[in-house]
Amino acid sequence: MKLTKVTKSFGTKTVLSGLDLTVTRGESLVLVGQSGIGKSVLLKHVIGLLKPDSGTVEIDGEDLWKVSAKDRDRLRRKFGMSFQEGALFDSMSVGENIAFPLTRHTKKSKKEIADRVAECLELVRLPGIEEKRPSELSGGMRRRVGFARAIALQPEILLFDEPTTGLDPITTDVVVKVIEEMRARLKPSAITITHDLKVVFGVADRVGLLSGGKILVDMTPKEFEQSKDPRVAAFVTGDSELAPPETEPERRPAAASAEAHP
Amino acid sequence: MNKFFEFFGRGLLNVMEGVGRFFVLLGLTMRGVVTPPFSPVATARQVVRVGVDSVPVVLLTALFTGGVLALQTFKGFQRFHAEGYIGSVVALSMLRELGPVLTGLMVTGRAGSAMAAELGSMRVTEQIDALISLATDPVQYLFVPRVLATILVVPMLVVLADAIGILGGYLVAVGYLGANPVIYMNNTFQYLSMEDMTSGLIKAAAFGFLLSLVGCQCGYDTKGGAEGVGLSTTKAVVMGSLSILIADFFLTKVLF
Repeated sequence: MKLTKVTKSFGTKTVLSGLDLTVTRGESLVLVGQSGIGKSVLLKHVIGLLKPDSGTVEIDGEDLWKVSAKDRDRLRRKFGMSFQEGALFDSMSVGENIAFPLTRHTKKSKKEIADRVAECLELVRLPGIEEKRPSELSGGMRRRVGFARAIALQPEILLFDEPTTGLDPITTDVVVKVIEEMRARLKPSAITITHDLKVVFGVADRVGLLSGGKILVDMTPKEFEQSKDPRVAAFVTGDSELAPPETEPERRPAAASAEAHP
Repeated sequence: MNKFFEFFGRGLLNVMEGVGRFFVLLGLTMRGVVTPPFSPVATARQVVRVGVDSVPVVLLTALFTGGVLALQTFKGFQRFHAEGYIGSVVALSMLRELGPVLTGLMVTGRAGSAMAAELGSMRVTEQIDALISLATDPVQYLFVPRVLATILVVPMLVVLADAIGILGGYLVAVGYLGANPVIYMNNTFQYLSMEDMTSGLIKAAAFGFLLSLVGCQCGYDTKGGAEGVGLSTTKAVVMGSLSILIADFFLTKVLF
């Protein structure tokens, strides 16, 4: 998966400016950066929820925005995306949420779908909650059901949008372990965006720091932890004195996908 | 002066953008109707939500409208001793005009607003992004069942509204104003033609299409959080009602 010179602006605010990024098969990249710096925007470009103003997004050598809408959907099926608050369909039960991609994109029987749903829930350590409604779940459970839905089609690439934000330390630990288990079992490529160092050191093969619309540093978790770069050190120690001056937060469009998908 | 033109220009641009977007979404919805996967179960669910659940409010509206029509017509017609024609006026008004328009407005308030609120909250909670990430066309998945169901059920509701409206007029005319029931019923149906019924049903289908597409559009294009959902819901009712009333004029002109 390769992003080349991706630029994106909302109004007068440039969020991504000539960003390059490559993730190889089976690799786990964790992207960190200050709030509002454009991490979610970047993730939405990867799966084609946002269209870059310029630059290319390639999946297995195919440009996401040069192929037909049908082929774009075919490429999207290679992804499993977990959203910040889970983004579960609240008109459906947990089981129906996880079964959704299976009923839409496979010809599996009801029994096979039910088995796959149970298997996915087992993997995220939430067995037997198929009948529950999303409104009955805690924040951590919603995220994990979101993971289960994302892995239902056994994707090649997993995208995690702040999987632990707002969770208590114990639930965070559970979520990190679930991500590790999913990676060990499914061996996908993964991009995770987070502020949480526990996630960084728990799941990353590579760590990137996003700032000024570009990936400024790209290193292993160990190098990241020991880095003397003030931007990295500020992030690792949580010392605002070391951090570069705060940039104006991006204007995050609520109807983000409307422009890429009318 | 510049400010006036700026204000006027911005308003005009917004209107043009909204109309353009309506036609883009209309095109995508039409494409969704003829492209698999088809969703009969989701459409049937919407038939219940838009149609069956709207029956009480539509019937109540029609009953009292028929009654009021009979009362008002009686006051006017009494002046030139034409009370016998109240039944015809009530039936014609209900079938050609009030049945479709009032049903359209009631369904806009009930179902069009609900569509905007549902799609709006799906937008702000990233459920629409989740649909796209699951390789599902959100317009086909969300718009098509709602639009098809509404086009189907509004004419059915109008048939019920027409019948109950005529009944309302009968009850008031016969029970309260003392009209002769046999003459009233004779006059009710004597001047009706099949064309009165079909023109009302064509209008009803058109109103169903407009109110559902406008409701879906307002919800789908929601911006911001809870406030945005509230604004979209209000917009769906205002724009849906206006489009029904404007379309009513042109359809009446064409179908007259």
